[in-house]
Amino acid sequence: MDGPVDDDLLLAVTDAALDAASRAGASHAAVRVERVRTQIVVLRDGRLETAVDDTELGTGVQLVRSGSFGFAGSVFVDAPTAAQLVVEAAGAARVTAPARGQPVVLADEPSHGHVEWASPFRRDPVDVPLPDKVELLHDWSRRLMAAPGIDHVTAYVMAVHEDKYLADLSGTVARQRRVRIHPALEALSVSDAGDFEEMRTLAPPVGMGWEYLEGDGWDFDAELAQLPEHLAEKLRAPSVAAGTYDLVIDPTNLWLTIHESIGHATELDRAMGYEAAFAGTSFATPDGLGVLQYGSPAMQVVGDRTTEHGLATVAIDDEGVAAQSFDIVRDGVLSGYQLDRAIAASQGLGRSNGCAFADSPLHVPIQRMANVSLRPAPGEGPSTEELVAGVDRGIYVVGDKSWSIDMQRYNFQFTGQRFYAIRDGRLEGQVRDVAYQATTTEFWRGMEAVGGRGTYLLAGAFNCGKGQPEQVAAVSHGCPSVLVRAVRVLNTREEAGR
Amino acid sequence: MSKDRLTHPSQVAERVLRSAGRPCVAIVEETHEVDVRFANNTITTDGVRADRRVTAILTEPAGVPGGPGRAGVARRSGEVDVDELVAEAGAAAGTADDAAPLVVGDADADFDAAPALTGLDRLSPVVRSLAAAFSRARDARTVLSGFAEHSVTTTYLASSTGLRRRYVQPAGALQLVGRRDGASAWAGVGSADFVDVELEPLEEQVRRGLGWSARHVEVAPGRHEVLLPPGAVADLMIFLVDAASGRESEEGRTVFSKAGGATRVGEPLTPLGFDLWSDPEERGLECAPFLATSVSSADVSVFDNGLPLRRTDWLRAGRLERLRYHRAGAERSGTAAAAPAGNLSLALPGAAGTLEDLIAATERGLLLTCLWYIREVDPKTLLLTGLTRDGVYVVEDGEVVAATSNFRFNESPLDVLARSTHATSTARCYAREGGSWMNRTAMPALRVPDWNMSTVSQAV
Repeated sequence: MDGPVDDDLLLAVTDAALDAASRAGASHAAVRVERVRTQIVVLRDGRLETAVDDTELGTGVQLVRSGSFGFAGSVFVDAPTAAQLVVEAAGAARVTAPARGQPVVLADEPSHGHVEWASPFRRDPVDVPLPDKVELLHDWSRRLMAAPGIDHVTAYVMAVHEDKYLADLSGTVARQRRVRIHPALEALSVSDAGDFEEMRTLAPPVGMGWEYLEGDGWDFDAELAQLPEHLAEKLRAPSVAAGTYDLVIDPTNLWLTIHESIGHATELDRAMGYEAAFAGTSFATPDGLGVLQYGSPAMQVVGDRTTEHGLATVAIDDEGVAAQSFDIVRDGVLSGYQLDRAIAASQGLGRSNGCAFADSPLHVPIQRMANVSLRPAPGEGPSTEELVAGVDRGIYVVGDKSWSIDMQRYNFQFTGQRFYAIRDGRLEGQVRDVAYQATTTEFWRGMEAVGGRGTYLLAGAFNCGKGQPEQVAAVSHGCPSVLVRAVRVLNTREEAGR
Repeated sequence: MSKDRLTHPSQVAERVLRSAGRPCVAIVEETHEVDVRFANNTITTDGVRADRRVTAILTEPAGVPGGPGRAGVARRSGEVDVDELVAEAGAAAGTADDAAPLVVGDADADFDAAPALTGLDRLSPVVRSLAAAFSRARDARTVLSGFAEHSVTTTYLASSTGLRRRYVQPAGALQLVGRRDGASAWAGVGSADFVDVELEPLEEQVRRGLGWSARHVEVAPGRHEVLLPPGAVADLMIFLVDAASGRESEEGRTVFSKAGGATRVGEPLTPLGFDLWSDPEERGLECAPFLATSVSSADVSVFDNGLPLRRTDWLRAGRLERLRYHRAGAERSGTAAAAPAGNLSLALPGAAGTLEDLIAATERGLLLTCLWYIREVDPKTLLLTGLTRDGVYVVEDGEVVAATSNFRFNESPLDVLARSTHATSTARCYAREGGSWMNRTAMPALRVPDWNMSTVSQAV
């Protein structure tokens, strides 16, 4: 497998960086060379709005010297630069050492020797010529625009090809390639009176190639065929009556609730206060480990950096730790955290479970989210229809849209793409202006049932932000449909004072 | 960065133009950045970064408004192979909806000057202060967290139409959070060169907020009179201006839309005569006086690179004055182009006083510190949701008397302006959430008599 640059250059950079780090007295040092190619194509009403092909290439060096972290990065890749980065990183460690309260200690990790790994894909999306991308998005746009009531369509695809090379003083040398893609279309319908509604496709971003857009893993034809009717119904749907409802939540919506209220809440760096100034902290503090009733007994949540087609899937993380799968919530009880090496060591938790990631060669690896997923019910489990059948007065929530959660991950509010009223166990058509609002533990404790494997979907996002300077990570979340009792539903028009 | 071995940015730009051999824009952005992050009374990470991005924008033909122009954009980092970059841009070229003739102009006298630099020495005084601050915090059972950053981006923009522009954009910020006994407080400041930034004034603000939190009272959710500090106002105004897309408003999908494809331009939106504007020459908030973008959108175009930016009034005397258009869109709509600039200011002409004066004139209300996790809920009203963060204080008879819990709010920034009853004078501020990408803002503090606190948040 090709690396981000040719092998001779990688070897020269590695030798220069690690030799210089050893001479500088570093107890730990890692050099990363990364090439991240990102393509974005946007069509508006079938006409190309933007096409950008962006390649970031660079070198980053992180070291620990005299108990202090130092990092330096550059977009230049060669041996002299690598050696210079060690000098700059050591300088940063020296400047900040006087204000460092506790010396940095990293959890032990064995050398994994030479590792090569690539995420599974059949057709590299960045190699698909732009005209082919435009043609497909144009065809999809045309189909939607031909439908009655559709006034405008935005079509979008973002494709990423990431080559990461990491070498550290322990002897781990990893070459990894990850490919991911996210297509989306959004249609707008405007009434004569000026009222309007939007609706976006539900197809999630995945760790796959262009084959995804050709129907491998998602039926785009079916979704595009149904979307105009869904949108027309939404525009004429009644406004929801605010109140308390039982919710059946589709995985196309629930993944984001998992992301915000479980994924981030169980990052131990947050729980320990290391994100207090920015992303926030967590209610799920370590004294709750093994004790905190996070949710109902039906709640089984795993962190996993090995999930097939997962956006956070790797073989080796950016601190040289092998990818793992681990429990986060077992039978409704908090049972684990996502860790990097420093935070694992600081809490005496032994080995890191491999959740370090840097989104750029110019950024320091920090603890980032694994693919955090809610397991479906064992065996066949209920279908979504069977979950709906158990509701007298409720709402079925489909697709994600707006999201917000507080800095300790207690209080959240989400909207969606579509909301269906449930009456006496049956769907009654759409309602609109819906937002659901809850406190994390009350919500998950109210989860009466999880759907079976047949309702399960791996969804996710490309744009999870954390850290200062802010870094963006892609992450997947698998989940089934669920039934949650007694959730507060707001009417967003009323919230706006209308 | 091994700057002595890198080709000079201006030369890179010229090479891109030569390699393209057709209508083209080259943008070279070189950024030097340093940062120090701290939490739990210790420094956690630090960084020294050098970045260079080279963008080639190929257009074909020169572009005629409304005509079948083409544009392709490729961007690479570091010492790039210019011919490969141009080839990628050519491969990315497609029919462009925003085609317009490339901007014509002159060459800046300093176009060949070296990129500006920054270094850790810029942050050193604050880092040295931190050691003592951590010690004081430990003595006071307080936990400090925060972030200090400084960057300098030098932009070189060259076009096949003769334009040669260079601009140095410095930006810095310091944020400090203190936590004690289940309470938290925040202070933040933006800066161009960081030499005016000191830790101690922020430490004092945080100490004051934690002091106010010694007494806690419960306040039920609902509509409350609220005092918004300038930084919180900035976070709301960033959303308001972001929604001011001319094309999307004509399409009927924004709060500035009217039925039938019209917009609300010219309509009075706020009873108080607020001015909201961007101006590259705004004193203390200086930013690039020309457009440099590698991405086209509904209202910003790569064809417009180099377009001179002047003061743009989004609201004037409370009326919607202008929406954002690229040149091609403006021509189609029969209006003037308006491009975004790197600063944002709000003022109520004739307003005076400070937040402290507003507090002193308040019989009963809630003083907020900052807003967080703000997201759009409904584009029709521009309804936003979000949280109050790091301090909500109860004001009674002109004084802060206690702290209360945080809240989730649901509010529209346009409605907030429309319902505001008082504004102070305008001062530079730092937006807690939006400051990382909109560093330069100046806002008044506002009194809003009926702010919608939707629910209590337990978060600290």
